[in-house]
Amino acid sequence: MQFSAQLEDKLKKLMRNYPIKRSSLIPMLLFVQDEQGFLRKETIAEIAGRLELTIPQVEETISYYSMLRKKPAGKYHLQVCTNISCLLRGGEELFEHARKKLSLAPGETTPDKLFSLEEVECIGACAWAPAIQVNYQFHHELTPERFDQLIGELQRSRA
Amino acid sequence: MPVSEHEVLVLTERFDLPNSASIDTYLGHDGYQALEKSLKQMTPESILEELKRSNLRGRGGAGFPTGMKWGFVPKESPKPKYIVCNADESEPGTCKDRLLMEKDPHQLIEGILIAGIVVGSHQGYIYVRGEYRYLLEILDRALEEAYARGYLGKNILGTGFDFELATHTGAGAYECGEESALLESLEGKRGIPRIRPPFPAVVGLYGGPTVLNNVETFSAVPAILRNGGEWYAQLGTPRNGGTRLFVLSGHVNRPGVYELPMGFPLRKMIEEVGGGILDGKKVKAVIPGGSSTPVLTADALDTPMDFDSVAKAGSMLGSGAVIMMHEDTCMVKVALRLMQFYAHESCGWCIPCREGTDWLSKTLHRFHSGGGRDEDIGLVEHLAKNMLGRTFCPLGDAAAMPMISFVQKFREEFEMHLSGRPCPFESKQEPATASR
Repeated sequence: MQFSAQLEDKLKKLMRNYPIKRSSLIPMLLFVQDEQGFLRKETIAEIAGRLELTIPQVEETISYYSMLRKKPAGKYHLQVCTNISCLLRGGEELFEHARKKLSLAPGETTPDKLFSLEEVECIGACAWAPAIQVNYQFHHELTPERFDQLIGELQRSRA
Repeated sequence: MPVSEHEVLVLTERFDLPNSASIDTYLGHDGYQALEKSLKQMTPESILEELKRSNLRGRGGAGFPTGMKWGFVPKESPKPKYIVCNADESEPGTCKDRLLMEKDPHQLIEGILIAGIVVGSHQGYIYVRGEYRYLLEILDRALEEAYARGYLGKNILGTGFDFELATHTGAGAYECGEESALLESLEGKRGIPRIRPPFPAVVGLYGGPTVLNNVETFSAVPAILRNGGEWYAQLGTPRNGGTRLFVLSGHVNRPGVYELPMGFPLRKMIEEVGGGILDGKKVKAVIPGGSSTPVLTADALDTPMDFDSVAKAGSMLGSGAVIMMHEDTCMVKVALRLMQFYAHESCGWCIPCREGTDWLSKTLHRFHSGGGRDEDIGLVEHLAKNMLGRTFCPLGDAAAMPMISFVQKFREEFEMHLSGRPCPFESKQEPATASR
């Protein structure tokens, strides 16, 4: 299996950073997931082969890390923080609002595959709460109104 | 410009400069002078002495004296030594390392390099939490610049000292902020803690002696070596040198990240730096150092915010994340949300933590939804106390200690939830965002 030239280059550089192959595993899984959307069976086997690991060794690692996934998420993966600093600033209400607005239960994806929703633990935006991440992008100090605006922008950006 | 008149800018001094993350900005404002001094005018011993004089203590949470920690690394080692920067900032309430990496990555790189000189290491890693992807890009750019200008790589500044430094991304796990779990993760495995001793200073990454410190700790080192340990020590209180990046969050008018001297009084921090409590309400509780530290009540507001004073007040300065809660906050709800977090993040390796956090989370959930029984208050305390000290890593204690404090300090709120009564705060609780 070959990844894009750009990703192959990134992975080659990554592997040069460590004295042992397995150290590349977690960043490699994440970088590949960024390109492919999720970790397919064949991809897992490919990565295991490259790092001289068994498939169960890769699987047990994937199952530990919350950002690694074996099922596709939406094009925009919305991660709403409801941990303490966000909770105190309306994070839970924001999450409820997001659920209703998108008619999604946590972990689900909209039928058009555009949005998926997840309630997440502290994302490190406590001083700018409540905050969410859309993929890797932070959005700070959100209100339900600003959330709706953001959803509108993302919907239009697809068109 | 300081945001608050009380700020003392040391680590955040360059934050407002244009292109503050670029090497040219850094070099134009004292950048890499401490490295040059360390390599050309100082010895590992004299650097260590300066650090000890500075009273710099670990900013990740434990507050261990940095100079002493680096001194534990054996001089001779058959295995390579490593410097690892913990940039897995995940403690609820904490978002300060993020700014240090975003605004001044070279300051961090310089601090890591100096650690390398002190212990004789030639390889370092910056372990960045997966959610902070944008920082990986900023840091990688900074590393490239440092390599291109000869501050990293072979024969640094012509002195014969070699040092390689790379970023490494995590992929979502609070537990990996714990030093030994972080090392496991850096080796490509599940983030399961290691039993200590041996400590990482002796047996760490790939079995080699390893210095592991938080972003803020490394970032303080260049200024200490430029201006002297004495100067840094005097910015703070006895045994608590320097400044600290405090993160103010929760029910405060001006949440933010503020660099204040160690020992800054909590009340002044809330009222003058944070602009007081939202809507002019009264403060009910303050978590002084991130979610893993016991909660303080309004009678502790005169506590100076340094490691020793906060310990004396019955909590910990931890990561410097100060979370304010006003009078309408339901403490059972807060306890429940935090326990759900710990139950989710417990790696499952040690049974007291895995089972304890899960049972506590279920019991608190029952409580908050009105199904609490009289004996449940004692049960929460009993479960939490039985977790203490019985796990490989501090996550179990981090979940249990605050829980004990919630029950002991807000017992009447737990009682108010008993026998089918609805949460008395639910109707009062307006989301703070609605009024802004």
